[in-house]
Amino acid sequence: MSISTKIVDDFVANGVDFITTVPCKQLAGVIDEVEARPEIYHIPSNKEDEGMGLCAGAFMGGKRPAIIMQNTAIGVTINTLATLTQYYRMPLPMLISYRGELREPVACQVEMAVHTKALLQQMLIPTYHFHKESDADEMDAILKYTFMCNKPVAILTDASFWGGYGDQ
Amino acid sequence: MIRSEILREIAPILRDQLVVCNIGLPSQELHMIDDQPTNFYMLGTMGLSSSIGLGLALAQDKTVISIDGDGSVLTNLGTLPTIANNVADNYILMIIDNGSYGSTGDQPTYAGKKTKLEAVAAACGCENVVTCKDVDTGKVLQAAIDSKKMTVIVVKCDSGNIKLPVITMDPVVIRDRFMKSVQA
Repeated sequence: MSISTKIVDDFVANGVDFITTVPCKQLAGVIDEVEARPEIYHIPSNKEDEGMGLCAGAFMGGKRPAIIMQNTAIGVTINTLATLTQYYRMPLPMLISYRGELREPVACQVEMAVHTKALLQQMLIPTYHFHKESDADEMDAILKYTFMCNKPVAILTDASFWGGYGDQ
Repeated sequence: MIRSEILREIAPILRDQLVVCNIGLPSQELHMIDDQPTNFYMLGTMGLSSSIGLGLALAQDKTVISIDGDGSVLTNLGTLPTIANNVADNYILMIIDNGSYGSTGDQPTYAGKKTKLEAVAAACGCENVVTCKDVDTGKVLQAAIDSKKMTVIVVKCDSGNIKLPVITMDPVVIRDRFMKSVQA
């Protein structure tokens, strides 16, 4: 089973049925898998804060939402996380490609990477970091935790995590 | 008419619907005019009224009205293609277009200059875009609800604000009672 299939299986097993995405090379396989699942309403966003708005509405409508985005989006979404998702206490699993870590070929990506964990920590957002395939075994528990505590939760997935699957 | 006068006039129509109301004065005005558990007041996050409303409409069957402003839609212009391409026939985006950023002191928006949001929405693929004058808002809104077709309404009105207090209700209380109304 591919790691993308496993992750989306975990989403489905936890009732996640509304996922918004922005394009990402690393996450392309997961996005394709989300699109392929009839159990999930897949709604591409033009920007990640827009996606978080969609997720907030979907949650209030009875869905279990999630967002799939790049870590650069942390820079885009701080206000939305603080004044919408956290302020109204809503759950939001954030599956995040962690560009700018080991094996990164584009220097500019490093600039956001060095801020990513500090920003998440400053926002008091529970954060998990997947380096290797077996780290994804925690996905099920992370999703249960997110919907238990009604918080945004970050899952950082670096190139090493995806790298074993042919891309780099 | 100014926005608060329009809200006062359409309050009887809004009362029976799920309403997601834009940050700042629009939420304060709606809260003062006719507070209902079916109103979701945004206390922050400018620009996302349309996105929250669309997400809510896609998630369940009841009619959802997002009350937005021209400045707010300009903040999140990507929302219009997302709305156009994810058709929810229980969704109405009502843009109260007074050509200004009301909550911050009526600075002019580009919608008050050369930009026509109704043309932008149509170009983005929104199929039912209605432009109306302030005095016709109630009639047009009711027609949109009755049509059961996803509709974008651009209401042209005057800029201007009234003095009124902020909303002190706890955000989690707003959210909780709203969710109970959605489920009812």
